[in-house]
Amino acid sequence: MLAFRPAAEFARRLRNDRDSAQPVTFSAHFDPAAARLVLEGDCRMGDAPELVRALGAARVAMPDSVQVDIGGTLDLGPSWLLRAFVADLRAAGKRVDLGGRVPEHLRYLDEIAARDVGVLPGAERPSIAERFAAFGGALRQRVDSWYDALVFGGRLLESAGVAWRSLKRLRVPSVVRHMHETGVQAIPVVAVIALLISVISAYIGAQQLRPFGAEIYTVDLVTIGVLRELGVLLTAIMVAGRTGSAYAAELGVMKLNDEVDALEAMGMNPYEVLVLPRVLALILVMPLLTVVADFMGLAGGALLTSYLLDLPWSQFVMRLDSSVSDTTFWAGLVKAPVFGLLIGLTGTLRGLQVRESSRELGRLTTVAVVQSIFLVIFADALFAIYFLEIDF
Amino acid sequence: MAAAPPIIVARDIVNRFGEQVVHDGVSFDVMPGEIFGIVGGSGSGKSVLLRTLLGLRRPDAGTVVIEGREVTAMADRELRGFKRRYGVTFQHGALFTSLTVAENITLPVAEALDLDEASLARLVELRLRMVGLPLEAAAKHPAQLSGGMVKRVALARALALDPAILFLDEPTAGLDPIAASAFDDLVLYLRDTLHLTVVMVTHDLDTLARTCDRVAVLVDRKVIVDTLEGIVVNEHPWIRHYFHGGRGRVMRSPKEDDRGT
Repeated sequence: MLAFRPAAEFARRLRNDRDSAQPVTFSAHFDPAAARLVLEGDCRMGDAPELVRALGAARVAMPDSVQVDIGGTLDLGPSWLLRAFVADLRAAGKRVDLGGRVPEHLRYLDEIAARDVGVLPGAERPSIAERFAAFGGALRQRVDSWYDALVFGGRLLESAGVAWRSLKRLRVPSVVRHMHETGVQAIPVVAVIALLISVISAYIGAQQLRPFGAEIYTVDLVTIGVLRELGVLLTAIMVAGRTGSAYAAELGVMKLNDEVDALEAMGMNPYEVLVLPRVLALILVMPLLTVVADFMGLAGGALLTSYLLDLPWSQFVMRLDSSVSDTTFWAGLVKAPVFGLLIGLTGTLRGLQVRESSRELGRLTTVAVVQSIFLVIFADALFAIYFLEIDF
Repeated sequence: MAAAPPIIVARDIVNRFGEQVVHDGVSFDVMPGEIFGIVGGSGSGKSVLLRTLLGLRRPDAGTVVIEGREVTAMADRELRGFKRRYGVTFQHGALFTSLTVAENITLPVAEALDLDEASLARLVELRLRMVGLPLEAAAKHPAQLSGGMVKRVALARALALDPAILFLDEPTAGLDPIAASAFDDLVLYLRDTLHLTVVMVTHDLDTLARTCDRVAVLVDRKVIVDTLEGIVVNEHPWIRHYFHGGRGRVMRSPKEDDRGT
């Protein structure tokens, strides 16, 4: 049965590789009747499981005296396990005799075992006090994270204020680079997504409205839907997935690499150099991407209505003209920079919070994406309520 | 030990990246139980040579034979099993930052062998004791350790499968002299008690003087191998500069301290 386990396969290979000239020779077995533990052949580290099984059998039987016959050499790891076995039995008042080729390592092992280096921390069940402490720790981490966000916001505002006064501080080349990476390079995917979504909504709209003979309203559905909500929202979600994660990961690795500290040590403000250009680039790029998405969404709607409803393009445009007012377009577009700001802030903040480990980097990148999408949708809901109230 | 065949045989290794030739016919032997140092200027291909020996990189020509088996001719699958035979430490430790020290040390063992938790914990204790670390360190994450402790944990992980050969890349770089000297002691001690073969890339002249039996110097895409005494009097300008430059004064009174040669 063991042969099916990959670990056993590795162990076999490890044993064989040890000395390819000789076949596997080590075997260990415990004879309960004679209270004898017989080790035959050289025990390499790869043979440790075999040894442990035999030692386990001997531990279970627990005879009053055990004779250990050692037939070959033992690696350091197996010697240590054997030594621990002997020590345990002797501590329990049993008699253990080592016979045969007693490993020469034992003297070295006795020596290192005698060194006082403390005890191995065990995996005990946490006490109630420790659980409370862990809870408090988690709570504190939450509070710290809010505090981080506050400091982050403050420092960013400060650098933005400085940048406002001097154009050099604004780092235009950096902003342009990030606009290229997050904007221009995102055009294909945003365009395709917008096209597909408008096709889907046109298709469902036409199907649902047909029983009422109101297929023509499919045009209203698609155009208003895309312009007011879908275009900007899908763009924001795409950008959050693409750029929010990239910002967090990029800044996180820089943080792990001490690059952020290096900037600070050179008297540069990391918020000005790293955060501001990224956030600014997203604020600028989001409306542009939204226009692309709107255009592609309308194109998709026109395509599908002309195909499904036999509606010629000219009629689509006429219908579009009557259903859509100026504000429909602006109601979508005005949200774009806000979404860009939210995504940019979340990504950079989470990136700068990375410390210590690669796992933290992964966690905070995930947090950046999830939170920015959540914030975008939440903000969108607020916008919807506000626009309804002011009749925009 | 004198009659034993070499444990590592490198023959006519050629490594090139595009037009740039890094090694042009590098050959040397490493004897069992020996501490073998590799030195060379930045860009002389020390790390590339180490990666070639480890089978992480296939040379453009030449062979590496470790314990009578030709590493350079092995299939990937076979090589993966064979690599468990030697322990490696990397310059910056390369500990897995998301795992604790104990998990770092357990990883190669648990991956290769089917062992119960208690035995694994015992083995972690052994390795930590071997490298002289306090056992509380087991529960810590690499980010909580000092530079010297990271190097020791890396060594403990390299020792986890009782390798016959240890490859150390800059084991003492970034350590203070006391920690570096303790690390030298540790390597010497492990070699003397366990008869390990150690191949180390190092720039630390003190480490070189105290631990290495023979030194390979990479110059002009070739290698010059000799005992330290032999290398120190070599007439090659780079070697002269290396050992007799401003920082080479240690070499003017070579190893009178602890080897007694």
